[in-house]
Amino acid sequence: MDIRQELKTFITKEIMRNPKYPLKDVEPLISGGLIDSFSLVEVQLFIEKKFGVWIDDMEMTVATCNTVDDIAKLIEARQ
Amino acid sequence: MTAPSTTHVPIRLDHPLPETLNAQIRYLLETQPDATALYFITPDGEQVISTRAFFEHAAEVAHALRQNGIQAGDLVVLVLEHSLDVLYSFWGAILLGAVPSIFPFLTEKLDPDRYFESLHALVERSGVRLIITYPALYHPLNSVLVDVEGMLPILVTDALTPGGDPDEFLTYTPTAESTAFLQHSSGSTGLQKGVMLSHRAVLNQLAGYSAAIRLQADDVICSWLPLYHDMGLIAGFIMPLMQGIPLVLMSPFYWVRAPHILLHAIQKYRGTLCWLPNFAYNLLATRVRDVHLENLDLSSMRAFINCSEPVRADSHQIFQEKYAAYGLAVDALTVSYAMAENTFAVTQSGMDGPQKYDRIQRRPFQEQNRAVPANGSDADGVLVMVSCGKPIPNCEVRVVDGDKKPLPERHIGEIALRSDSMLTGYYHQAEISAQALHEGWYLTGDLGYMAEGEVYVTGRKKDLIIVGGKNIYPQDIEAIVSQIDGVKDGRTVAFGVFNDKLGTEDIAVIAEITQDDEETQGRIQREARQRIVQATDVNARFVHLVGPKWLIKTSSGKIARNANREKFLQEMAAEGLL
Repeated sequence: MDIRQELKTFITKEIMRNPKYPLKDVEPLISGGLIDSFSLVEVQLFIEKKFGVWIDDMEMTVATCNTVDDIAKLIEARQ
Repeated sequence: MTAPSTTHVPIRLDHPLPETLNAQIRYLLETQPDATALYFITPDGEQVISTRAFFEHAAEVAHALRQNGIQAGDLVVLVLEHSLDVLYSFWGAILLGAVPSIFPFLTEKLDPDRYFESLHALVERSGVRLIITYPALYHPLNSVLVDVEGMLPILVTDALTPGGDPDEFLTYTPTAESTAFLQHSSGSTGLQKGVMLSHRAVLNQLAGYSAAIRLQADDVICSWLPLYHDMGLIAGFIMPLMQGIPLVLMSPFYWVRAPHILLHAIQKYRGTLCWLPNFAYNLLATRVRDVHLENLDLSSMRAFINCSEPVRADSHQIFQEKYAAYGLAVDALTVSYAMAENTFAVTQSGMDGPQKYDRIQRRPFQEQNRAVPANGSDADGVLVMVSCGKPIPNCEVRVVDGDKKPLPERHIGEIALRSDSMLTGYYHQAEISAQALHEGWYLTGDLGYMAEGEVYVTGRKKDLIIVGGKNIYPQDIEAIVSQIDGVKDGRTVAFGVFNDKLGTEDIAVIAEITQDDEETQGRIQREARQRIVQATDVNARFVHLVGPKWLIKTSSGKIARNANREKFLQEMAAEGLL
């Protein structure tokens, strides 16, 4: 499974508790009300475990990590 | 350890209290002008501010307010981020005898139009005389408020003159009965109720609560709490400042992105007291990375005080287990039951003995509203209730039935309180003030029981979802979702679902929809989540879209919140999504 799909599966199932949600790559996660600040930490931990990539707490902002695409690019750049 | 006689804080029960906060400022400036009032921690570094410097900055604001025609008693609303600006502005208004009130700041998640509308409503209803904000918000605010009659100016932070002199304002003495500031009961849609607190009430609270927590001059308070909420405003701002003890303060937005900074601040400044809502215990116990825990030392802490949302025994347990290895004392986890209407604290636990946990039988609790101690052979299960402790000095608590008659011990009813630190009333809302008080007792709307003099809170009389310490009314969520195209009007229901992992409630909303193709479902899902966060700044975890006639109604035709909640939980559990 590619990074984007892995992220989407994790977010819709574990955070939004709705695996059927049609999450798009470029949909706003934080400002769209899909993920809150506390769940961001869960995404960080998932990324660390799954992809071995470290994203610092202060990097998880609307400006840098508001979409699946943003996060996937960050992971790709560090893998 | 210093001898107790030299470490007393100035506002205390066994001494005459200052008449007003202004008198206390005068006292602090005379006796300890160079003492550190504040360590302010930001991502860019730390600022250390002395008492004198703090009130000099406040005086700049007072000066500017006076130039803008503000007088004693005028309501001044602060639309500012969690920053030094908001701290100085708050005290600037107090120096002048004006009444400050802190409005939650616009976040990137809130809908700006809706936000400005609620501010507009507040200004109109409460007769706000001036708003202090940032230059960037001047124009949007001005255009929203242009139609409000008698509205005085919007003051921007960069218009303040440097070099204010607090002495100039220290001759001003309000009466002890005059309103010191407004606190707002936290709610989801704007600020409905402004709680008026007099100087006397606030000082009584500081004296009583300081005694309850054994506050001493060598204490250090650490906080990341927002200031528009009583816990952050009183415990995490006004109390340390007025007691002349150091406050280590950071912004909630900074903390939530990097929770470990609180722990490091405690270690660095030898923090002794810290107030946290229940979810923060779970977050700190499970979501701080090991790399941030290296060499951590929390042994300076006297007490963490759990406050502002239902307290869970398992949250305390995981926090204790996690941080025992970092010097956390065994008896450091305590609880306070508090509300803006009593200035802040009503009770405090665990200061003169261990924190109590009451094991009660599930059945009598659920079926007879009684808290019967568990006896070891309880086939129907045991609930662990966490004590909120005894009432603080000069505060009485009793539990009453539907006729407002006192109930015996271990009977669950509505919690009522009477004290010398209660609100004067709700600002410009005499009617609500009269409703909340009964023969001098304030009816809290919380349910609970008393046992051995200690207060246990078990729930709310009215439906309320508390998410991370924030109060959200299910009716507001239902109204928001009802407005979405494709949702059957009036066919929505919202409620809280406790999340054991997070230690707080999740919002769940169910809506009946007319078309159930995938595209419509996706659109409604998206819109519901977006609109909820824009209106409340809180996310909905569960958005459950269902077909017609899914929702259960009562015989009187109302949507039954509890029955639908049960049905929803069963469906979710069956799908493995809880």
